[in-house]
Amino acid sequence: MSSIAYERSAALETAGYDSPATSKLEQLWKTKPGLFGWLGTVDHKQLGKRYLITAFCFLIAGGIEALVMRLQLARPNQHLLTPEQYNELFSMHGITMIFLYAQPVLSGFSVFLFPLFLGTRDLAFPRLNSFSYYVYLFAGLFLYASFLVGAVPNDGWFNYPPNALKLYNPGPNIDFYALGMILLGISTTVGAANFLVTWLRLRAPGMSINRLPILTWSTTTTSVGILFSVPAVSLAFLMLWLDRQFGTHFFDPAGRGQPLLWQHLFWMFAHPWVYIVVLPAMGFVSEALPIFCRRPLVGYTVVVLATVATMVMGFGVWLHHMFATGLPFLALSFFSGASMVIVIPSAVAVFAWVATIWTGRPVVTTALLFFAGFIAMFVIGGVSGFMTAAVPSDRQMTDTYFVVAHIHYVLIGINLFPVMGALYVWFPKMTGRLLDERIGRWNFWLVFIGLNVAFLPMHWTGLAGMPRRIYTYPDGLGWNTVNMLTTIGAFILAIGVLVLLINIAVSRARGALAGPNPWDGPTLEWTTPSPPPSYNFAVIPAVASQNPLWEGRLQEGLGHSSVGRGLVLDQGKEVLATTPLDAEPDAILKMPQDSLAPLVVAIALTGLFAGLLVAWWWLAGLCAVVTLASLVVWLWPEPALGQIAVAAND
Amino acid sequence: MGKSRTRLLSRAPLIAAGALFAPATAHANAPMNYLQSFGPKAHEIANLTWALLILSILVVAIISALVVVGAMRRRVLPPDREVRLEPISRGSGSGVLWIYIGVGLSTLALLGAMVWTGYTMAVIQRPPRAPKLTVEIIGHQWWWQVRYLSGDSSRVFDTANEIHIPVGEPVQFKVRTEDVIHSFWVPPLGDKIDLIPSQTNVTWLEVGEPGTYRGQCAEFCGQQHAHMALLAVADKPDDFQRWWDDQLKPAVSAPQAALGETLFTVRCGACHTVRGTRAGGRLGPDLTHVMSRQTIAAATLPNKIAYLSGWISDPQRIKPGNLMPTLDISGPELEQIRGFLAGLK
Repeated sequence: MSSIAYERSAALETAGYDSPATSKLEQLWKTKPGLFGWLGTVDHKQLGKRYLITAFCFLIAGGIEALVMRLQLARPNQHLLTPEQYNELFSMHGITMIFLYAQPVLSGFSVFLFPLFLGTRDLAFPRLNSFSYYVYLFAGLFLYASFLVGAVPNDGWFNYPPNALKLYNPGPNIDFYALGMILLGISTTVGAANFLVTWLRLRAPGMSINRLPILTWSTTTTSVGILFSVPAVSLAFLMLWLDRQFGTHFFDPAGRGQPLLWQHLFWMFAHPWVYIVVLPAMGFVSEALPIFCRRPLVGYTVVVLATVATMVMGFGVWLHHMFATGLPFLALSFFSGASMVIVIPSAVAVFAWVATIWTGRPVVTTALLFFAGFIAMFVIGGVSGFMTAAVPSDRQMTDTYFVVAHIHYVLIGINLFPVMGALYVWFPKMTGRLLDERIGRWNFWLVFIGLNVAFLPMHWTGLAGMPRRIYTYPDGLGWNTVNMLTTIGAFILAIGVLVLLINIAVSRARGALAGPNPWDGPTLEWTTPSPPPSYNFAVIPAVASQNPLWEGRLQEGLGHSSVGRGLVLDQGKEVLATTPLDAEPDAILKMPQDSLAPLVVAIALTGLFAGLLVAWWWLAGLCAVVTLASLVVWLWPEPALGQIAVAAND
Repeated sequence: MGKSRTRLLSRAPLIAAGALFAPATAHANAPMNYLQSFGPKAHEIANLTWALLILSILVVAIISALVVVGAMRRRVLPPDREVRLEPISRGSGSGVLWIYIGVGLSTLALLGAMVWTGYTMAVIQRPPRAPKLTVEIIGHQWWWQVRYLSGDSSRVFDTANEIHIPVGEPVQFKVRTEDVIHSFWVPPLGDKIDLIPSQTNVTWLEVGEPGTYRGQCAEFCGQQHAHMALLAVADKPDDFQRWWDDQLKPAVSAPQAALGETLFTVRCGACHTVRGTRAGGRLGPDLTHVMSRQTIAAATLPNKIAYLSGWISDPQRIKPGNLMPTLDISGPELEQIRGFLAGLK
């Protein structure tokens, strides 16, 4: 067939959400009713909400684990938990919060928001999006299945061999962790690829790279980071599993393996991962703080550059987790220097936010409280990290509670605070109703006070020499009072999170109606109804500035964005592809229908990993075959997607 | 009573300040606090840590103040939300100057911190003079084997969980492990160093004044990581020499402890060594001079006869999961073994 058959000129039309054209779009895009639709949906809005709900479930699980540990540590010499139980809890707490909550919750927001931000109708690979969600869910359940058989991962999320090898840890505990992480890595990787391609090719015409919403910059930057870092940890966990299952000697000193190799591979992944779980959250703040300060972000370009610089430099600092392992002086100096220099891009972001507040008119909503609180928590987590960049001090502080305090300011302050703030901002977009502001105040202050009561004194616990990961501690070392404070603070924090859940439940049912743009925000998602229809935009908008909804009032820029008039694209499920830099219209893409194939592949893949876990090779083999077969079905060319040329004959 | 309470309250800030800054009190209250240093190496590190800490607190205070003042200064409370605030154009105070000045100042502070860090790294890299004494630390789940090295092989001996070092002399430590990764750390004396399989790491420490300093394993090493502590005892040089000479002597057991010795050899000798007897096991700590040590079970319990009995009869209750099995030792047997151990001074 000639390429002519693919040529088509799409007309510009003016259409609102109540125009007749939209009922056709609704027919094309809406998820089919019933179980098939529920399981097979590829709608990014539904999948994004599922990501968020699942991530919050894991947040609650990890939080309960933390509270039990805090009861054990409230006073010296307690026997609430056995050492084995404590080790399992601290391991699962870390694994849950870092892998099953902190990154997926950000993915959830991005899955929901990306197409709305970019002015398109779905992510680039909708079925891959569904697959990514299911694999995340199954990997989380896989890890938690370890509780059912009483073999929970128990060597910490860092999982250092040889302690994690079969000789010292004969049960299946570590196999759950190793295989679960490889499975989860598949989800993370395909999710990152999806964001990256969407960001490059599915933007509204005119949304050149200098006009992109800043959150999409952060998410895309970390997606690239994921593509480069996850292979290191997947490889490491595969090698660990081989050592355990087949007696290879990658990490086993008895066979001249190198236990330190694990630490390199793990931290080559895990340090960038810390930036992966905070940069998009910082993106929430850069995106939404300006709405409540009633002005565009100060220094958009430098903040974007700082985000990218942080991610790149984040790959060059992993050794600062290993300063006490006996590395040569030169390596220590280099990585110490690099770990300090990485503060500079963070300083750029901090002063950009401070300047935005100072030169704006802050509207004190709950979201603004979370974002302003976040800046202070960010700085505390930042400076304690900067202290550990100094090799001599780090060799005192590492593996003490000082680092525990640091990582909690990072993960709660820089991830949970922006996530909660973002919920107050975008929950109305997701559900059509505003979260209650009065409950919101309680939510914020409980979380803020809880965090600081729990973790500010914990810096002292660390300076007073309390090592991490000990299930109990003796009396008389000056650790009692601070530990009690931390326990009290942890419970206040937990109540704060509970108040958020109550707020969600109450507001979901009875919250004030939001309307399309409750905060008078400047970006494209605020042009759609709340919640947005299945097709997102009645016409594909065209963009002429960074803040399309504010441009007239800011009197900036030359052109005018067009949100009511654009391409309708209603000859099937269609989106517009644009060029990567300037976002010029390039092609019309056909998008897939709802499909069960991603679910089937995800189930078969999980079965494969379960087979590997229990060493039932026949099951693993069978599931591998099913995985491949269902992938073939998934990828089989379809006329509706324009993958078979005969379709053009019609 | 009310009066004394008032007085206590009025003195509370003083006490708090004392706890933070007076070395003696602080050490007594928090013996593993590493902001209080008891040797030249720890001193250099503590200085750097204090400097970074003060700088950090300043930065937090400044930025927090900027955020709070900035948010309060021209704030609009939500009831006014109905009054839609028009977005402000960038022209009215673009704000980029904030970034230039803020980042510029931060970079200067960072450079200062880097220079101080580099200086400290160079100073503590090697001891000020060549150490005369080398001690080998060998990690086990969950105790420390300590071997004193000497050019004269007759002066080499093993002990466990308690290190004696001479005051005022740099001591070299060669650390390695027999099983998993551990980390050797005596906070008031200096930084930690990991014990990693298939490599020997080297560090040094020096103590400025006599005393007993608590250390603890700092790398997660399994079930009883929490109970893997040690004591570093700093002696005056003469006392140290005397201690070493005493440690070299084989055990002398009293005639009345002969039955105890036999029982010990049969029941405990497969894992423990007591030099001068037939007990020569190498899996557990050397007990030749066990009664000269202040603690048992890796600084978990004081070395008192009652604790020792409790430990021997049921080590799994005190350190669940540790590698010393609970043997079925009868009361009279225990008494004999205890009698024998009590003589190992």
